[in-house]
Amino acid sequence: MFLKRYLLPRLFQYLVVIFVGTTIVFISTRLTPADPVQQTIQRITAQGGYMDPAAVEDFARTLRELYGLEGSVLQQYAGLWKRLLTANFGRSYTYFPTPVIQLIGTSLPWTLGLLSLSSILSWLAGTILGGLAGYAGQEKWAKWLESIVMIIRPIPYYIVALLALILFAYFLPIFPISGAFAVGKKVTLTWGFALSVAKHAFLPAASLVVGGIGVWFIQMKSMASNIVAEDYVMFGRAGGLSRGKLVLQYTIRNAMLPQITGLALALGQLLSGALVVEYVFSYPGVGMLLYQAITQGDYNLTMGITMLSIVVIATGVLIIDLIYPLFDPRVRYR
Amino acid sequence: MLNVLRDLLRHDGRFIFGFCMILGIVFLALLYFFCPYDLSIWNTVPRDRPPSARYLLGTNSQGQDVFWYATAAIRNSLLIGIVAASLSRVVAVLVALIAGYRGGRVDRVLMSVNDSFVVLPLLPVLVLVASMLKGKMGILGLGVILAIFGWAWDARLIRAQILSLREREFTKTAILSGMSSLRLVLGEHLPFVIPLIMATAINNMIFVIGTEIVLAVFGLSSLETPTLGTMIYWSVNYQAMLLGIWWWILTPVVICILLILSLYMLSVSISDFLDPRTRLQVIKAKG
Amino acid sequence: MPLLRVENLKAYYLMDIYGIKRAVRAVDGVSFQVEENSIFGIAGESGCGKTSLIKVLSATFTPPLTVQEGKVIYELGNGGTDILSLDGEHLRKLRWEFFSYVPQGSMNVLNPVRRVRNTFHDFVGAHRVGAPPDFLGDVTEHLGHLGLPPEVLASYPHQLSGGMRQRITLALATILKPRLILADEPTTALDVVVQRGVVQLLKRIQAEQKNTLILVTHDMAVQANLADRLAIMYAGKIVEEAPTAELFGNPLHPYTGYLIGSLPRIGDKAYKVSAPGAPPSLASLPGGCRFHPRCPHAMDVCRTEEPELSDMASGHKLACFLHGQARRG
Repeated sequence: MFLKRYLLPRLFQYLVVIFVGTTIVFISTRLTPADPVQQTIQRITAQGGYMDPAAVEDFARTLRELYGLEGSVLQQYAGLWKRLLTANFGRSYTYFPTPVIQLIGTSLPWTLGLLSLSSILSWLAGTILGGLAGYAGQEKWAKWLESIVMIIRPIPYYIVALLALILFAYFLPIFPISGAFAVGKKVTLTWGFALSVAKHAFLPAASLVVGGIGVWFIQMKSMASNIVAEDYVMFGRAGGLSRGKLVLQYTIRNAMLPQITGLALALGQLLSGALVVEYVFSYPGVGMLLYQAITQGDYNLTMGITMLSIVVIATGVLIIDLIYPLFDPRVRYR
Repeated sequence: MLNVLRDLLRHDGRFIFGFCMILGIVFLALLYFFCPYDLSIWNTVPRDRPPSARYLLGTNSQGQDVFWYATAAIRNSLLIGIVAASLSRVVAVLVALIAGYRGGRVDRVLMSVNDSFVVLPLLPVLVLVASMLKGKMGILGLGVILAIFGWAWDARLIRAQILSLREREFTKTAILSGMSSLRLVLGEHLPFVIPLIMATAINNMIFVIGTEIVLAVFGLSSLETPTLGTMIYWSVNYQAMLLGIWWWILTPVVICILLILSLYMLSVSISDFLDPRTRLQVIKAKG
Repeated sequence: MPLLRVENLKAYYLMDIYGIKRAVRAVDGVSFQVEENSIFGIAGESGCGKTSLIKVLSATFTPPLTVQEGKVIYELGNGGTDILSLDGEHLRKLRWEFFSYVPQGSMNVLNPVRRVRNTFHDFVGAHRVGAPPDFLGDVTEHLGHLGLPPEVLASYPHQLSGGMRQRITLALATILKPRLILADEPTTALDVVVQRGVVQLLKRIQAEQKNTLILVTHDMAVQANLADRLAIMYAGKIVEEAPTAELFGNPLHPYTGYLIGSLPRIGDKAYKVSAPGAPPSLASLPGGCRFHPRCPHAMDVCRTEEPELSDMASGHKLACFLHGQARRG
């Protein structure tokens, strides 16, 4: 019963998201007046290489196959779906003949690690602090905290990362500003390696946390302030319940429900932020890969990253949607 | 409308800050009309000079006056923001109107698609599109592209507002007394919806300005046109920090922060003013 | 020995929004006493200040409602303590064991994410350290008294009906057997069958536990059924107070007359007259007696001077110039 009422619509929406995303990607790439094949050819010729017309024709055909641009529009659309479902996005132009999926495969763990770590941290910290501040209401420290957070909140991830880079590269060189682990170190499961990874991940993760915590804090504080005015909190206070219990079980426990939904909605933006931050700190995740793809005009790679991002985010949203009933009994039971 | 402005100006510090700051920034943007240099030409002034009386914010490695370049950058970034925000308002309002007033299956389908847009990671998609259009865009084109992705969240908000308006008593009374739908929507509901549209427009501008910067940094914006994003791109490209030309990179960063902060303060104070619940909290605060 | 003494209590809502200051005088000089082992009723229209009064009595008021002056003295066996002067921890200890509160609209007073039995744990555990050996058994028995099945304990509030939630709230309020229960509109928003059940329940609890019940409701029928002594509140002040039978039999204040006259009686075909006009806004009160704009017997003195609540015979108090004294100064 619950399965039918809650699970099925969520699964359906999951498929809709992937469908809409794929279609948008397809439409927007077809609508642009640019032709990736022409662009690639222009790049080569612009760099001084000369190719005779026949060779160019041949090359163009190969590229079209490589890029999945052969056939009618419908065939291309179907081709895109085929690529998505078989997880085969062809070979990368830059790293030919490495398959795109392999490239993404080596970078993805770094991005996922960074993304999940910073999302959870900023969500937790923002939610808890916001809950405490919301309960405290008009106390001085709550207002001060809110003012400070309000200033940080709208600043885009890129700017935060850039400022962090400038700060730690030129003024306080205590953290490494590029790479995922020290150059030359082997990927082993030792403390030394783990420490190196942690030190290198610190700045990117910190940038993401600082850039992201504002949203959670402000939303949670507002939500908690409203919950505090609710009848059941007032009743709990009338009953002489301890402050700790009121804050945790009565206020935060209720106010965090919309936060969980909010996390699902924000995942897409968090990923975008992670990609940018990776670029700033040369962190070897999908973000760096994307940058390389852009500069090299690697159509397949860019396409592959985009499609995969859509799937990853949609899956993340589905997971959070499935976790939500654990927290809200009103959804769990009728 | 004017007394709303007066109330906000008098009592909300955030609004005062945002309002003054925006005025200042717009003033700088307008100064661009007096720019004595043609910013598409390099080496009109000596390179890499620090700020001085002659060059207010110094000069960059391309031989351009940073101050005047900045005024152009502000103007263009603001333009992109306004274009994108306006376009996406149109889409958001249309979607919200249709979904909110039609209801039923149309509503469900629209919202399902809408939610997909909310959830989708926009940066990779934007990057894909922009990389194909590299360099051929111009600011208007950028504005149009950025508009395609900013409407979904706001469409939901406006739709929620419309739904609640439909349920209100005055709506039912109006319908029962035979008011035509068009008059109802335009005459009675619109005044409630417009402030929300404005608040979301400001938020959208923040998003657009930030995204333009990210695109520029990846090299995907309109690189010959001065915008806040391209300014950062060029300064990073020329290793400005490394070479100690801090005024070139910090100018756009600081301006960006101030611009976004002031827009945010405006948006927050307006929406707090509109939201009856926060008004109540303001009451409680002073009690 | 009066269990509760309220002395000249004044509590206002002070608001300052975007430059406009307002003072809503919800409780404006209220004094009364409540004896042990009795039911004290407070009646009046919506907006007369009764809920604010209860909020102050139960010390659950938050800004913008602030106490301007006055005392709320509970007899704890030490000669009386003004709870308004107590600090957080002392007050918290008193709650629920000495006095409990049943708020208006008990539909939403249960934490939606907690099962009922955990809510009971919360309320009892806040005051009794260490659960007694058969805690759940005691609670089940207590619930049974109120007509609730044991399955209720494992449920979440949203799975139960409004009436059940009301009764659970009552169960929570009485489980520690407090000396004083403050009930704010316990029967409003319930259908008449459930209303009757709640009225019987309250009567029985009071009789069994021999505690004191302060019942606030505009429903005069319920007051007639339950209250031993009844006070009528209007625009932030008490205008009449007497034993219930005396009040119904011999209402002296014109407003009381209207309230009682509005009660329907089976077979009574007389035309019902309600008090003309509407109660004044507590932010801008009329001069003189607050009821004078609506009073058919208003005299000149009523427009300029406020009558004080003073004793008439047989425990009957009245604030009205119609019956002689009650002049200021």
